[in-house]
Amino acid sequence: MAVPILKQGAYLIASVQSALTDADLLELRNALVEMVGRYRSRGVIVDVTAMDVMDSFASRTLRDIAHMIRLRGAETVIVGIQPEVAFTMVQLGLTLEGVATALDLEEGLAFLDRGSKKISRDLGAPGS
Amino acid sequence: MKGKRPGIPAKAAQQAPYRPPLPKSNGTCVPIHTDQDIVAARQRGRDLAQQIGFSYSSLTLIATAISELARNILLYAKQGELTVGVVENNGTQGIAVEARDDGPGIPDVDRAMEIGYSTSGSLGLGLPGVKRLMDEFEIVSSAGGGTTVRAKKWKR
Repeated sequence: MAVPILKQGAYLIASVQSALTDADLLELRNALVEMVGRYRSRGVIVDVTAMDVMDSFASRTLRDIAHMIRLRGAETVIVGIQPEVAFTMVQLGLTLEGVATALDLEEGLAFLDRGSKKISRDLGAPGS
Repeated sequence: MKGKRPGIPAKAAQQAPYRPPLPKSNGTCVPIHTDQDIVAARQRGRDLAQQIGFSYSSLTLIATAISELARNILLYAKQGELTVGVVENNGTQGIAVEARDDGPGIPDVDRAMEIGYSTSGSLGLGLPGVKRLMDEFEIVSSAGGGTTVRAKKWKR
């Protein structure tokens, strides 16, 4: 596995460490979709701080990951998109629409915490 | 095998068509056969662009453009090659990228350059996207005749 995936409480954290091939990206997608069920995770963070190229394939695969994880009942947040990578993505029209993003791992965790609090509050207070 | 090859007279060998030596180039050619070659090609381009002093954000643009071009080769032609080299014009240095394949070619180049158009089920942003990332962009292709894309990025 090119991308290590850590289990951190109710969340899975995948940290991209190096340049990924298309096969690596698909492997990451399949692993996350499966692990969300195995560990009953509420959220997934994909940390792309180390990614220096986000082309159409990488961008589409990240979007697919987020949508598949949502269908599995959890939330995904992509963290650490670098300024020049964001600039290039916009030039290419790759906006990751419908996918949550956060500045870094810390913000990503805070985002997921807000989401699960909201869920537990909703579940805990029926009819309110 | 030593000595003269039987059946080929020395005179015929001398009359073999003259092949001029390839022009000297500081560029490198990366054969594209697998998705790992895409990563190799974009890293080669990034390294070369870094050597001639491109800004960090330009390195990302160049590497991403190469990634898209190399993936197009793999997607549509299965194999080909990508060449990156340094070019110069009136004292300004730049990076030239050439992606070449002998694949099925593009029957309608104008249509392929329209945003959102794709024949392979991908996003179809490849070619117009690359054109936006680079300063110069040229595509030569015909149905059955392979595809060559040349793009340049100048240092500012």
